[in-house]
Amino acid sequence: MMLDGTEDEEKFLAAGIAGLQQNSFYMHRALDSNNLRDALKYSAQMLSELRTSKLSPHKYYELYMRAFDQLRKLEMFFEEETRRGCSIIDLYELVQHAGNILPRLYLLCTVGSVYIKSKEAPAKDVLKDLVEMCRGIQNPVRGLFLRSYLSQVSRDKLPDIGSEYEGDADTVSDAVEFVLQNFTEMNKLWVRMQHQGPSREKEKREKERSELRDLVGKNLHVLSQIEGVDLDMYKEVVLPRVLEQVVNCKDELAQFYLMDCIIQVFPDEYHLQTLDVLLSAYPQLQPSVDIKTVLSQLMERLSNYAASSTEVLPEFLQVEAFSKLSNAIGKVIEAQPDMPTAGVVTLYSSLLTFTLHVHPDRLDYADQVLGACVKNLSGKGKIEDKKATKQIVALLSAPLEKYNDIMTALKLSNYPRVMEYLDIPTNKVMATVIIQSIMKNGTRISTSDKVEALFELIKGLIKDSDGTPNDELDEDDFKEEQNSVARLIQMLYNDDPEEMFKIIETVRKHVLTGGSKRLPFTVPPLIFSSLKLVRQLQGHGQEENPFGDDASTSPKKIFQLLNQTIETLSGVLAPELALQLCLQCAEAANDCELEPVAYEFFTQAYILYEEEISDSRAQVTAIHLIIGTLQRMHVFGVENRDTLTHKATGYSAKLLKKPDQCRAVYACSHLFWVDDHDNMKDGERVLLCLKRALRIANAAQQMANAARGSTGSVMLFIEILNKYLYFFEKGNPQVTVASIQGLIELIMNEMQSDSATPDPSADAFLATTMRYIQFQKQKGGTVGEKYEPIKV
Amino acid sequence: MVLVLALGDLHVPHRAPDIPAKFKSMLVPGKIQHIICTGNLCIKEVHDYLKTLCPDLHITRGEYDDETRYPETKTLTIGQFKLGLCHGHQVIPWGDLDSLAMLQRQLDVDILVTGHTHQFTAYKHEGGVVINPGSATGAYSSITYDVNPSFVLMDIDGLRVVVYVYELIDGEVKVDKIDFKKTSSSQSAH
Repeated sequence: MMLDGTEDEEKFLAAGIAGLQQNSFYMHRALDSNNLRDALKYSAQMLSELRTSKLSPHKYYELYMRAFDQLRKLEMFFEEETRRGCSIIDLYELVQHAGNILPRLYLLCTVGSVYIKSKEAPAKDVLKDLVEMCRGIQNPVRGLFLRSYLSQVSRDKLPDIGSEYEGDADTVSDAVEFVLQNFTEMNKLWVRMQHQGPSREKEKREKERSELRDLVGKNLHVLSQIEGVDLDMYKEVVLPRVLEQVVNCKDELAQFYLMDCIIQVFPDEYHLQTLDVLLSAYPQLQPSVDIKTVLSQLMERLSNYAASSTEVLPEFLQVEAFSKLSNAIGKVIEAQPDMPTAGVVTLYSSLLTFTLHVHPDRLDYADQVLGACVKNLSGKGKIEDKKATKQIVALLSAPLEKYNDIMTALKLSNYPRVMEYLDIPTNKVMATVIIQSIMKNGTRISTSDKVEALFELIKGLIKDSDGTPNDELDEDDFKEEQNSVARLIQMLYNDDPEEMFKIIETVRKHVLTGGSKRLPFTVPPLIFSSLKLVRQLQGHGQEENPFGDDASTSPKKIFQLLNQTIETLSGVLAPELALQLCLQCAEAANDCELEPVAYEFFTQAYILYEEEISDSRAQVTAIHLIIGTLQRMHVFGVENRDTLTHKATGYSAKLLKKPDQCRAVYACSHLFWVDDHDNMKDGERVLLCLKRALRIANAAQQMANAARGSTGSVMLFIEILNKYLYFFEKGNPQVTVASIQGLIELIMNEMQSDSATPDPSADAFLATTMRYIQFQKQKGGTVGEKYEPIKV
Repeated sequence: MVLVLALGDLHVPHRAPDIPAKFKSMLVPGKIQHIICTGNLCIKEVHDYLKTLCPDLHITRGEYDDETRYPETKTLTIGQFKLGLCHGHQVIPWGDLDSLAMLQRQLDVDILVTGHTHQFTAYKHEGGVVINPGSATGAYSSITYDVNPSFVLMDIDGLRVVVYVYELIDGEVKVDKIDFKKTSSSQSAH
């Protein structure tokens, strides 16, 4: 049916256009032959096509535009006629003989335009006459287009200030009166349009009606262009009259559109100076009008106006814009009890943006806005409506963006209260926004009180809320979220050791509530923050410690805390991490000369190694770290050191893969030979390690032989040869020329044996090793002398 | 002329929040042909960030890297140079030049890049070069005190490599330049 309808419409339009063209053809012929009577006759017939009721506004507009073009030509003809001596007054009378009212009024408006131009009568009189006459058309669509035509032909002929049509006294008010009257009539027609036709087509009609809104709004635009409309006239006449019409028409579509139109077309300065009047209209609008959008737009414009120049700010203060807007919002929310939460929050969000722009120094205003928002949210529980939560996030993000500083937000007492209303996922999003703001601005949080407040704010990320585990959360998202918390911990810092210790205690308290999934993310940054503090204190000797032995902040005290913190990790399946952190702490304790503490951490690391780390690759890494750390420890007495090195060598020899065993064992040789520590140079035990490594390398070869029928690579032997050379150079008396020579021969033999597996990387390694020996020989001096006897 | 970015030991987010903004503004996509990273990134975001700078990214595994697919050592050839890459916690004593030289011989490389100590170093050694780019975030280290953030840019051109060290000291980026030429003797040996 719809299809037929549109097809019919096309037909009617085509017929209308044909009629219009035909008559305009005759009209032109009459114009060419200066036949006024025929010209009027045919132009009236042409305009009769606009009397149709069969077209939708959209199609009607098409027809109207064609007629409009023709009327321009007719108008030019009328002008020529008057120049040829025809009286404009007579013409004005003459066109009124047209039989039908609609063509008559179009012609009258056209002649009227020429009439005003001729200045034979005051513009205001002609305009008044025309706008009154147009009342004759009460069909909405026809009336709207006719009045639109009137508005179009008259807009450059208004008796404005400075206009050539300006009369003797106060003619601006006549101009304004004319436009206001036309506006009022047009709006009435527009509003009435919804009642034309069957009610089942109401939706379609409203859509069509919406398409015509700019015809009405155009009048407001004309008003804004009138020079004579200054602030006083706007305040006294224009705004009250326009608002009166808007409120009285009681039409949702018109009210929404026109309120927005007022805000858009008139200057911001006017809005600011008439806030009372403007705002008082809002609660009077229909309850279904989307006030929050219009009001938000007003606040947005005012915010931008405030941001445009600091010079305008006093105006805002003078008119008490904030309190007026704040009151208006309260009233609107009261007047529209069904307003969705999203709408309520949008209003407060706009108001907050406004006050942040206009009164950046008035934190109390911002807090007041948040407080009012809390009041409206109270009793609603967690907000789960997506639109509403999005608005709350926008509301809470506004102060962060404005001040680039979380410290300011932490001062807003209502801030956390608003956050309470977010559902769990959105609460986390907001917490992440807060963290990002801190990171982006490099804000340092430097007291434990503020840290406490901050953790309260982001607690959604720190721990599971009320027993709801977040199983549904994607693992990658969870990682990202917890890593952002870890980053944040780096920003909690104070140079003062006492305060820093308090911060660490606060962080620790919160972090430990996080549960097993979060600890591996949050504990490491806490440990390293603490180790940084230890290093800071380390510079001062114990007796110089300004806090004395009883003070809370001493490396010993921190190490106790660290010990307990790392323990939580070993229980949650992150033993490798726990081991690494233990070794870090051990080395820090070493640097503080705290032997028992260092020993304790090493013991813990060993226990973790023995009991928790079973993956063979993880074991290899752990062994390297144990040997590497132990090699650097100087705090241990002989007995402790012996125990630890003995254990480390034992672990090394028990790794799963022979090559790993071999490498770990020769690495252990460094535990017995430490540069710059003469009491840690035991050549014999170095050699024992190297020999043990050789035995393992042999065993590895034999195993390869048995398993694959060919000897394995000689790589391990070349590695050990290099270790021999290393200690030889360091002056270990146990490593002799003969032993090196023997090892080289062994390698050569192995490589030449028939069953040897070709291994290019071993060949290359041997070549570089041999070249190294040559290089050292040629060096001369003591090194050259030392290498001299080695034959290659 | 080929630009190679060498960096490592970022330890994000365990020990540092992020790569310093001053460094990030210097490192723009499209300028660098290869990135070699010694490891300890530690998280995927850092990996993704490096990937945006240059898709040719080579990483070895540090002890804090979750990503177990990173190899322990890696070699690659760029122009006339053979490069070796290793985090360095496996080479004991840590940061010991003679022990690193042994790894250099084992991998048979002209330039060996390792990390772990967080201390920038560059040594000419037996006709090759041993470089440690330090920590790109200036992360805490049990080995080195007062770590400044640093990274290395290598400009490889024929037989010559110019090593630029960028170090962030008190908020200012300082650049140092070290010039190495590959000797013809080591050239002929290959």
